[in-house]
Amino acid sequence: MMRLPAIVLAVLLGSAAAAPWLAPYAPDRIDLSSRRAAPTMGHLFGTDELGRDVLTRVLFGARISLAVGLLSALVAGASGVVIGGIAGYAGGAVDAVLMRITDGILAVPRLPLLMIVSVVLRPSVPLLILLIGLAGWMETARVVRAEFLSLGGRGFVESARAAGSGHLRVLSRHLLPNAAQAIAVSLTLAVARGILLESALSFFGVGVRPPQASWGNMLYQAQASLGTEPWLALAPGLFILVTTVSVSFAGDRLAGASRET
Amino acid sequence: MTRLLVRRFIHAVPLLFFISALVFLLIHAAPGGPLAMYLANPNVRPEDIERLRRALGLDRSLWLQYWSWLAAFVRGDWGFSFSDGRPVVSRVFERLPATIELMGVSIVCAIALTIPVGTWSAVRRGQWFDRLTSVASLVGVSLPGFWFGLVLQMVFAIGLGWLPSSGRSTPGAEDLLSHLLHLVMPTTVLAFVLAAGWSRYLRGSMIETVHQPFIAAARARGVPASRIVMVHALRNALAPLIAIVTVDAALLVSGAVVTESVFAWPGLGSLFTEALARRDYTVLMALLMLSSVAVVVFNVAGDLLHAALDPRVAA
Repeated sequence: MMRLPAIVLAVLLGSAAAAPWLAPYAPDRIDLSSRRAAPTMGHLFGTDELGRDVLTRVLFGARISLAVGLLSALVAGASGVVIGGIAGYAGGAVDAVLMRITDGILAVPRLPLLMIVSVVLRPSVPLLILLIGLAGWMETARVVRAEFLSLGGRGFVESARAAGSGHLRVLSRHLLPNAAQAIAVSLTLAVARGILLESALSFFGVGVRPPQASWGNMLYQAQASLGTEPWLALAPGLFILVTTVSVSFAGDRLAGASRET
Repeated sequence: MTRLLVRRFIHAVPLLFFISALVFLLIHAAPGGPLAMYLANPNVRPEDIERLRRALGLDRSLWLQYWSWLAAFVRGDWGFSFSDGRPVVSRVFERLPATIELMGVSIVCAIALTIPVGTWSAVRRGQWFDRLTSVASLVGVSLPGFWFGLVLQMVFAIGLGWLPSSGRSTPGAEDLLSHLLHLVMPTTVLAFVLAAGWSRYLRGSMIETVHQPFIAAARARGVPASRIVMVHALRNALAPLIAIVTVDAALLVSGAVVTESVFAWPGLGSLFTEALARRDYTVLMALLMLSSVAVVVFNVAGDLLHAALDPRVAA
C-alpha cells in the first residue's frame, strides 16, 4: 500500500514512453469497418467513431497529458521558487510588492483565465505547457517565501552569514536544501493540477487539438455519444483519475500528512 | 475588529486595481484588440474602422482608456455582448439566480457532509472510518469534475433513467419535484468536491483543538465525551471552517464553469462557456472581472467572519 502510488506512476510513465511499441495499432489508423465497436479482445477499450483503437489513443494521449502535467509543474515550480525566493530572501518592500502581485493573480480564477487565453492564442502543446505553468507558480512562491522567511531567522543561517558566506552560498547551501521538501510537495500538487487543467481545457475544445490525442480531448469527443458508446468516456477519464489520485497520494505521503500516530 | 477591517480594506484596494489592470490588458492583448470582430468582417471598410476607433476612444492613451473602462465598470456599464448586442449586465444578471441556487444548495449539502465526516474522522483518528474518508477526500480533490459529471449522467440519466441528464427544468413539467431532480447530479459533483477539501480541514483543526488545555479541563470536570466533542471542540474548530467556506463561496461566479456546462445548468458558468464558443469577449471579460472581485471580497469577508467568531484572530 505504501509504495502503490509510486508503482502506478512508474507504470503509467513507462507505458506512455513505450506507447509506439506497446500500442496494438497506429494512433491515427482509421478502420471504417469497425467503427464505434464495443470493447473486444481485438480492441480492449473499443473503438471510436472513426474506428480508431481507444487503447492505442489512451496510450498516446498519456504522452501528451503526462508531459503537460510534468513540464508545466516544472515551469510553475521554477518560477515559483525564483519569485518566492526573492520575496522571502529580500523581505521588506520587495516582498510586499511581489506578494500583492501573487495575491492578485491568485484571485483571478485559473481555469476561466486559461480558457480565454487559449481561445485567443490557440496554443500548440509546448505553448500550452508554458501557459499552464505560468498560471500555477503562485502556490510554490508562497511556500518558498514562507520557508525562506522562517529559515532566515534561524541560528544556522545567521552563523553562516557571520562566517562570511555570501548571498549565493546562503541561498544554495542553507535555504534551498532546507526548503526542498516543501517545494517537492508543492510540485506534486502542481503536477496534478496541470493534468486536470489540460484535461479541462481540452475537454472544452481549447486545449490539445485533434487529431492529436490527449485524455481531455478524447473525453470532449466522447461527450457526444455517452448513451451509445460509454467506453469512449470511461477509459480516458479513469486514466486521468488514477494519475491524479496517485500523484496526490505521493504528495500527501511526502508532506507526511497521512503519517498516523 | 475595526483595525482589522481597515487593514484588510487597505490590502484589498490595490489588489482590485491590479486585477482590473490585468483583465484590461488581456482584452488589449487579444489579436485585433477590442475591434477584432470588425477587422474580420470584409464588409467593414478600413476608414470605417478608423472612425470607430476614434468614436470609441481607442486612439487615446492606454492609461486613459483603462481609466474610463474602470469607471464604467464600477458604474455597472459593462458594454454590450458581441453575440446578441444586449447589455452584458442584463445577460449576467439573468443567469445569476441559477448559479446562486446551485451553489447555495451545494454548499449546504457539502457542510452537511463535512461536519459529521470531519468530526468523526478526528475522533476516530487512524481507524477505518478515518482511513476511508482520507482516501475519499484525496480522490475528491483529484477528481476531474467534468468526468465525474459524465459518469453520473451515463449511470443515472442514460442507464437507469432516474434523473434528468441536464438543464434546470423540463419544459411543460415545471413542478418542484422535477426542479429538485434536476439539481441532484450537479449538486452531487460540487458538494463532493467541496466536502473533500473541507472535511480534511475540519479534521485537522478538530485534532488540534482536542489537544488544548480547555478540553483537558472539561474532561477533568467530568463533562461527557460526546458533549466535549459536539460543544467544546466543534465550536472552536468551526470558526476557521466558516472562514474557508466563505472564501470558497467566491467560486459562486466561476467555480461552476465545468459542472454547469456538463449539466447545461443555465447559470454564469455555462454563460461563460457559451461566450467562449462565440468569442464574446465583452461577456468573458465581465465574468472574469466579476469572479476575481468576488474572490477578493469574499476573502475579506471570510477574515472578518473568522475574527468575529474567534476574538483571538482579531488581535
